[in-house]
Amino acid sequence: MDTPTNGFHSGSRLERILRAGHFAVTAELGPPQNADPQVIRKKAQLLRGVVDAVNITDNQTAIVRMSSIGAAVLALQEGLEPIAQMTCRDRNRLAMQSDLLGAYALGLRNLLCLTGDHQSFGNHPTAKNVHDLDSMQLIQMVVGLRDAHKFQCGDEVKGQEPRFFVGAAANPFGDPFEWRPLRLAKKVKAGATFIQTQLIYNVPRFADFMDLVRKAGTHKQVYLLAGIGPLKSPGMAKYMRDEVPGLDVPNEYVDRMTSAADGIDKEDKKGRNAAWRAEGIKIAIELVRQVRQIEGVSGVHLMAIEWEEAVKPIVEGAGLFPRPEPEPLPTAGAAQPQIGT
Amino acid sequence: MIVAEQKPFEEIKGLIADAEKVLVVGCGTCVTVCFAGGEKEAGILATSLRMATKIDGRPKDVTHLTVQRQCEWEYIDAVGESVRQADIVLSLGCGVGVQAMAERFPEAIVVPGLNTTFMGLPTEQGVWEERCAACGSCILGLTGGICPIARCAKQLLNGPCGGSQAGMCEIGKDTPCAWQLIYDRLQAQNRLHLLLEIQPAKDWSTSRDGGPRRITREDLRLAAEAAE
Repeated sequence: MDTPTNGFHSGSRLERILRAGHFAVTAELGPPQNADPQVIRKKAQLLRGVVDAVNITDNQTAIVRMSSIGAAVLALQEGLEPIAQMTCRDRNRLAMQSDLLGAYALGLRNLLCLTGDHQSFGNHPTAKNVHDLDSMQLIQMVVGLRDAHKFQCGDEVKGQEPRFFVGAAANPFGDPFEWRPLRLAKKVKAGATFIQTQLIYNVPRFADFMDLVRKAGTHKQVYLLAGIGPLKSPGMAKYMRDEVPGLDVPNEYVDRMTSAADGIDKEDKKGRNAAWRAEGIKIAIELVRQVRQIEGVSGVHLMAIEWEEAVKPIVEGAGLFPRPEPEPLPTAGAAQPQIGT
Repeated sequence: MIVAEQKPFEEIKGLIADAEKVLVVGCGTCVTVCFAGGEKEAGILATSLRMATKIDGRPKDVTHLTVQRQCEWEYIDAVGESVRQADIVLSLGCGVGVQAMAERFPEAIVVPGLNTTFMGLPTEQGVWEERCAACGSCILGLTGGICPIARCAKQLLNGPCGGSQAGMCEIGKDTPCAWQLIYDRLQAQNRLHLLLEIQPAKDWSTSRDGGPRRITREDLRLAAEAAE
């Protein structure tokens, strides 16, 4: 099958932005817990032109939502470039591959391969989980479909193969800490070309992680986008610090969020909320600027959960607006992708 | 061993509600060792049912006995007469025992008194933990003798996932992360290189997903049976 991608994996906007050496900006768009396309269309307005691509989550935190592929197609219609997320929790290899064929046919070009939160976190804790594949094996399967034109079973894809720019997640704050850079390298070995990290608040610890990534040379083989999210309130900061597995929120930020509303009357809830949110955006901008200084970081992934309005001020505040327009796909004979400059 | 626990008493009462003569059948093997369905538990349950049904105003004739292994014909054949005299058999065997009774005595109504929970071991007095999921294709040689199929909440072959924190699994602070355990053991043995290899997609056809499983050992079959 001759696919006119000329050395690009999928030729997606995100791939072209990264390959051109631009500092990429992605954001997250959470599909609704209903079947209303307007929810996606409205959120899309807040992100169009502000970021290079938008992650569409897949039953995030194991709560049933509009399918990531369905919502991603709506986002595509609204002029966004989606990164469809796919977890291993809800589908086996048959369902995943059939969805991948459909997703490509509908115009999706980026895929983020994830394990998926355990169903006990969500609204169907009595569900059976699948985990036929794990995230590493999902990456292998998606890359195999693309590069070897083969289904997971080894059968040939006769006709158009699905071609995705394949990403994976990394959590620099998961344990064991020394293992995390090795696991990242394993995902790259499996075929991931970009990585989006878990939310980063502890930048020094993330920098330690990146030291190990650079020592292994992995930063030359993959585009790493650092995950940044604005805090909404002191309560959220404390919850993320104390309750969310795999997150590391230093007390400094909890204190800053708390004191942001100092001097504002406790009855003035609107005023306090606004002060907290302003401080949350300010912190996020600082974090973006800090991680940008770290060698091997190719972009940021902004996760403003159910607060898409916050993305634009963060992108602007961090000096990343307007977004660059990547070169169109080159014609035949282009070089193979080169990562790292 | 197979680890089980007794069903809630009210559920058991419901299962035998329509019967007058109840035979409680304990098992002398795994469920005895895990204090769920042995001689002692069968006796206590029979007594409890007699008292409870008497209090409820519909006293039942509840007797009990225990066989050494409820999962083998030769042991359960010995209690055939008692089974035939009962309206219902309340088996305190594991799921295999319950089905063996039902299969050997097809006319009998056999109901389970236990929930068969897992294959595991006692980690301390009164605590049992799962260790094997019988996936039919053992990978313990790659994982430091710790099974991620049975012990990782997501059955990952290339773990740990991002939810591993301070040695614990994301599903709960009292559940150790199997992949942290694997990591620690392989590190202590200088065998971390095993984890750098990507484990390919697992063949689940040897597991329950392949349908009911069967092992045939021609070397052990009796000549007459083999000729059938």
